[in-house]
Amino acid sequence: MKIISAASALSKKMKIKIKEKLYELTFAVLAFSSLAFLVGIVIVLFREAMPIFEKLNIGDLVFGRFWYPTYDPPEFGIFPLIIASFWVSLGAMLVCVPLGIGSALYINEIASKRQKEIFKPLVEILASIPSIVYGFFGMAILAPFLQGLLGIPIGLCAFTASLTLGIMATPTVTSIAEDALSYVPRSFREASYAVGANRWQTLTRVVVPAAGSGISTAIILGMSRAIGETMTVLMVAGGAAMIPGSPFDPVRPMTAAIAAEMGEAPVGGDHYHALFAIALILFVITFVFNIAAEFVSRRFRIKLGLSG
Amino acid sequence: MRRNITEKIGFGIVSVCMWITVSFLFLIIFFIAVKGIGVISWEFLTSQPRNAMTAGGVAPAIVGTFYLVVGSMMFAVPLGIATAIYLTEYSPKSYVLNLIRISINNLAGVPSVVFGLFGLAIFVKFLGFGVSIISGSLSLGILVLPLIISAAQEALLAVPQSIREASLAVGASKWQTIKKIVVPAAMPGILTGVILSIGRVAGETAPILFTAATFYIKGYPDSPFSEVMALPYHIYALMTEGSHPEKQTAIAYGCCLILLSLVLIVSGIAIYMRKRERSYHHA
Amino acid sequence: MRDESTVKMRAEKVNFYYGRQQALKDINLDVLSNKVTAIIGPSGCGKSTFIRLLNRMNELVPNTSLTGRILLDDKDILDRSIDAVEIRRRVGMVFQKPNPFPKNIFENISYALEVNGIKDKHYIEDRVIESLQKAALYDEVKTRLHESALKLSGGQQQRLCIARCLSIKPEVLLFDEPCASLDPISTRKIEELILELKKDYTIAIVTHNMQQAARVSDFTGFFLMGELIEFDRTETIFKSPGDKRTEDYITGRFG
Repeated sequence: MKIISAASALSKKMKIKIKEKLYELTFAVLAFSSLAFLVGIVIVLFREAMPIFEKLNIGDLVFGRFWYPTYDPPEFGIFPLIIASFWVSLGAMLVCVPLGIGSALYINEIASKRQKEIFKPLVEILASIPSIVYGFFGMAILAPFLQGLLGIPIGLCAFTASLTLGIMATPTVTSIAEDALSYVPRSFREASYAVGANRWQTLTRVVVPAAGSGISTAIILGMSRAIGETMTVLMVAGGAAMIPGSPFDPVRPMTAAIAAEMGEAPVGGDHYHALFAIALILFVITFVFNIAAEFVSRRFRIKLGLSG
Repeated sequence: MRRNITEKIGFGIVSVCMWITVSFLFLIIFFIAVKGIGVISWEFLTSQPRNAMTAGGVAPAIVGTFYLVVGSMMFAVPLGIATAIYLTEYSPKSYVLNLIRISINNLAGVPSVVFGLFGLAIFVKFLGFGVSIISGSLSLGILVLPLIISAAQEALLAVPQSIREASLAVGASKWQTIKKIVVPAAMPGILTGVILSIGRVAGETAPILFTAATFYIKGYPDSPFSEVMALPYHIYALMTEGSHPEKQTAIAYGCCLILLSLVLIVSGIAIYMRKRERSYHHA
Repeated sequence: MRDESTVKMRAEKVNFYYGRQQALKDINLDVLSNKVTAIIGPSGCGKSTFIRLLNRMNELVPNTSLTGRILLDDKDILDRSIDAVEIRRRVGMVFQKPNPFPKNIFENISYALEVNGIKDKHYIEDRVIESLQKAALYDEVKTRLHESALKLSGGQQQRLCIARCLSIKPEVLLFDEPCASLDPISTRKIEELILELKKDYTIAIVTHNMQQAARVSDFTGFFLMGELIEFDRTETIFKSPGDKRTEDYITGRFG
């Protein structure tokens, strides 16, 4: 009797131990799903883009100047789309970098505690507005307004897209930059005040340089967000697949081309594969930006002695 | 003296930046509300579109968005919480932790349209779900997964180590501690993250372009495998397709106001909850 | 220094490392049944590290290593075949800061019983009340057992944590600076409780408060920089310490 109960107690303990291990294993497997999805995305993009790379050489594809996917014979030059993406995104940076960093400085340095409690949520709410709403705003309100104001032939152009995209990326830059500023230890400021520097001097010579790489992270991620943004540029940029000559030309960024054409491209055709090739290039570009941001922000944390 | 003038000018510029940023928020809300409010009525919210999208309501789009939100959350919330639990509670080896962390960060940076392509290739074609609620939900779920993971992680990390120790010290196993102490204590924080991601998912358009959305279906979707109308896609379609731009733009204003209100309310709730949460932890 | 008491727990040649840094050096110490053993020393001397070994809480900290043996009733608890969960049931612990769960008062204790496989509702109820009584808290909370434990005062929270510990009937109670965050009145209540509890339990307490050690303990060990400098009857330690360093500490020359 005693032996049996001892044995059953033992097996109960074993059961619990096995159960605990099983839970840990399950969580471990599930935790790898993010990696799996990322790898899955890369594989899908490569596989679906491969046929077009086999057909055309990579130089013609990436640097070809003409994107006429539905002509006979079609031309698959992605270059105008890449240029359009950078053209629009760089324009957006001109808007969101000063506004974003300025707002971050305001929240961090000037705002009272009460103001902080108002402005920070407002910035967050601005960030939560869906891109389709920005696109709609740009298309229905901003474009006609700018067309009249600037006397330009088409309201839907790179300039309007940049402005809309810039507004959209501003809260991203603000939040990340403000985080970076708030990590700067108080002792840095105190040291500066103690030698008679005023607030502005302390801010520009001590706090901003100390938060420098954190602010760089904000700019890189803002750029990454702008390049990857789809609906806004799809609706606002005008859609012409040509290399822009001025800010007021209509353009077709990479994301817009994918979104607009995928629905009509016959599955398995050259056009379909070419669109995946665009997505692959887009993915590589944003991946590089994200890795750069990761790298810079890690250096920032190490510099300020923050862990993780 | 000169440096004080510099300070004044500098602070002036910085303040202007802040005000411009905030005024964008109010401009967007203002314009959309002013033009959209006239369109919205009980009928607009509850009836089907009529006359080739130029009249009637947008009820199917609201319902469709609801399905997509529910579907994506059913997928992403358990997965996100499980990932966060593994990362914070089971403290894996640092290279494993870094690998997963970097994957999450990069997944968060993938352009939304790429999730649409992934969904198209995997869910629509490879798994044969077709253009459907389920394909769209899964694509949206992957997109929002990083957001849920980081919110859940933050919430779990905010649970004081001392109560984990207390639980282990009375002889609870690790799993018992996680299930009965840590996760319940982190629940409000996790919930805040979930609500934020609902706002995000409801407004996303690019991932559902080729995986779920359609401009028009008759009636309501009757299975996870049917196509749906969705508010954000509906706005896009109204603005770029169809033959009566004037009438369609008016309806688009209405849709936009509905979507905007939905997102603002949801993120407002999340921000409020988080504030309460934080003040609770500091108390 | 021995009397008729038996040895409940014994540390033998215990060395402990955080990474490469040695936190405990060759510790030999006995904890006797139904006695209170106090461990004193300046901050960072390793006293908390040591007491956390006695119920294997050290395992929660990564990158540590340990040599030597820790015996509970002559069995090595560090033996890998023994489950840490099992040890923690037999050796309870009360922490520096009161750490009630964010649950109500009743659940704080019933949780401990439930995770140990007890399901009978009536039995649980009886045990909860009994534990609260033993921890001298029952009269103060009996009308609000279903209110959040976080509403209790610090001292009440700490007694709740003691009750939680007692509910699963451990053999040994470890106190890691239990009064560090409490006011003098709550501190005195806890001390009285410790004296009361020693009838039924073996107790080890870490404290930086020498008066507290003098008031509650039967034996005292003095730790300094990871070493056990001296271990003896509390009276001896405080009246005629054998080591100059102990004397310096006791008389407040450093610490």
